[in-house]
Amino acid sequence: MQIIPLSPLDLSIAACLVIALALLSVRMELGLGRQIIVAGIRTTVQLLLIGLVLKALFANVHVLWLILMAIVMLIAAGREVMRRQGRRFKGWWGFGMGTVSMFISSFSITLLALTVVIDLSPWYRPQYAIPLLGMMLGNTMTGISISLDQLTRSSMEKKSVIEARLMLGQDSAQAIQDIRRDSIRSGLIPIINAMTVAGIVSLPGTMTGQILAGAPPFEAVKYQILIMFLIASGTGFGTMCAVWLGSRRLFDERQRLRLDRLRKKTEP
Amino acid sequence: MLLFLSSIPARKKRDLRFTTTSHLAASTQTSFQNLDNKMESLQIKQLAIHHIGPVDLSIDRAECVGITGPSGAGKTLLLRAIADMEPHTGEVCLNGIDSRSMPGPEWRRKVRMVPAESSWWFDTVGEHFNGIDKDWLEYFGFGEDVLNWDINRLSSGERQRLSIIRSFSDQPEVFLLDEPTANLDEENIIKTETFIADYLKENETMIIWISHDAAQLKRVAARVFVINNTRLEQL
Repeated sequence: MQIIPLSPLDLSIAACLVIALALLSVRMELGLGRQIIVAGIRTTVQLLLIGLVLKALFANVHVLWLILMAIVMLIAAGREVMRRQGRRFKGWWGFGMGTVSMFISSFSITLLALTVVIDLSPWYRPQYAIPLLGMMLGNTMTGISISLDQLTRSSMEKKSVIEARLMLGQDSAQAIQDIRRDSIRSGLIPIINAMTVAGIVSLPGTMTGQILAGAPPFEAVKYQILIMFLIASGTGFGTMCAVWLGSRRLFDERQRLRLDRLRKKTEP
Repeated sequence: MLLFLSSIPARKKRDLRFTTTSHLAASTQTSFQNLDNKMESLQIKQLAIHHIGPVDLSIDRAECVGITGPSGAGKTLLLRAIADMEPHTGEVCLNGIDSRSMPGPEWRRKVRMVPAESSWWFDTVGEHFNGIDKDWLEYFGFGEDVLNWDINRLSSGERQRLSIIRSFSDQPEVFLLDEPTANLDEENIIKTETFIADYLKENETMIIWISHDAAQLKRVAARVFVINNTRLEQL
């Protein structure tokens, strides 16, 4: 089966829908009109660019190109995590915390999948490595930004509870354990929900793409299961890592709550 | 008043001699200078935090010191620094041992700040206590069933009294009380003052008591200070 090529006209029909959505949101005064248009333009430009990059990458397979690409993706994801924080950590921590967590979880799990599970040779075949890493980073990014946002917001709101527990002689881990648990939970719930409804309500992206491209459904399903597991574990470990780092950074060496290490509120 | 005093249940007295000798032994090994200090006391030296200080203050065993001053003068801030809840300069020593020589939580188990607004984070009152003296509950007008109460049904006065019971239950050595009777009616103010005075005598602890009410401080404290222009002045 051949994939049916899309013409620019086909895409502009879909684009009209987004423009209609933007117009409606302006009328409803949601304050989202501009954001929808900008996001739509960004999607188009970024995907066209990545199309060109992937084309070049597939033509010149080299591990260094792949590593460069992976680093660019990681930095972009790290910036996005930082941007989504209502109150992010001051200094390099704001960027570093999410980025390090994503690096640890997404990279190691993608590497494991490439070398052991899919068993590619060479392991860095960009047709597999880039989409896999992209999916890992995209989902881990969501989990980490939700959980870090929850962590910092609850710490602000529950300052008096955390401090009361410290004053009673509890250590910092005890004083923040409820908040830490809730933050990790809120980061993990989206992917747990996605696994729960996969195949019943939603046909996830990888599988849909492969079926559209003419792959046999059963093979597509197996890949989808693999991807789901990788994403769930990557998101989970990444989220735990970020919340752990974050909740340590909220306290200093005397185990005092240091909310002054957070920036003033910015609109995400 | 006498009736109150006699009805306050006595708590097991700390074995002071043991703590003294062990601290002495520990400090002779580290530094002889510490021997010059009063061993049984809280010593605050050159403590400064934000605009407050430097503050020097020494409190003896079984002594209650009152601090008053207009709101915004930094009374609470000072207590937070002593409890090591806030970065500060200068040093605070308990029985000759510097707060920085032990982890923060260990210090705060000995030097207990009781904030003006108490916090409750579990669903029921009882979960916030590990071991509670039933006589204390009774003294403050609670039945044992209070432990099963939902924290949302507590009035501000009940919260304050329970907060005092909670903080006094695990026997710290120093209490930093921030407006401990602000939400109480007159009867309960007297009850609380009596309770604390008796506890102080019984256990020979040390107390810093912050209040807007200078008359109250005259009743409960041996010495009263006022924060005047960032400094402590004895009244």
